[in-house]
Amino acid sequence: MASDLLGAVLNGAIVLTAALTLFAGYRVVRGPTVPDRVVALDTIATNVVAIAGLYALTTGEGLFVTVSLVLAIIGFISTIAVSQYVIEGDIIE
Amino acid sequence: MNAIQQFVVAALVAVGSFFLLIGTVGLLRFPDVYNRMHASSKATTLGASSILLAGFAYYGPQGAGLTSLVGIVFLFLTAPTGAHLISRSAHKMGVPFYGQEAEWPEEVDEPGSD
Repeated sequence: MASDLLGAVLNGAIVLTAALTLFAGYRVVRGPTVPDRVVALDTIATNVVAIAGLYALTTGEGLFVTVSLVLAIIGFISTIAVSQYVIEGDIIE
Repeated sequence: MNAIQQFVVAALVAVGSFFLLIGTVGLLRFPDVYNRMHASSKATTLGASSILLAGFAYYGPQGAGLTSLVGIVFLFLTAPTGAHLISRSAHKMGVPFYGQEAEWPEEVDEPGSD
């Protein structure tokens, strides 16, 4: 009984988060300035972290929690790199 | 896994999905890059942290649950840092505010600031 509730909540959360990631892609395509696109890509990265965590809960595979941590690190480094590239013109002088 | 644990996991996942929804709606609807950054950096971080906390409640204090706690600490450290960097680069690019009411404060000459 309770397991059915948990499975329904997890599936609904995965569908909702995937839809939100697609909607954030609208801001990537449309966004007027470059920082808008960077903010949208950062939001997409955080949503993908949440999707990996939800997938770890759905399948019971604990490895995907580590996958979400690696995705968070990649998102942070890419945000730093793009924000440096936008104002400086290059990343490593 | 008993019923209380399942209920706690379901509640944390629901709260996390709600905050992710709030953050993405703010990203889509706010008129300015600074406002959008405010919404996404705070609400989305809370949502992902709540889902990782559900992972901690699911897996227990060892193995993947401990990795979830490390992920929460990492998100809380890096999301404000990234948002600050984006706003700083937007300010240096000269992205204006929405509307005429808000302005940047006066530039103060400090030693060491560029």
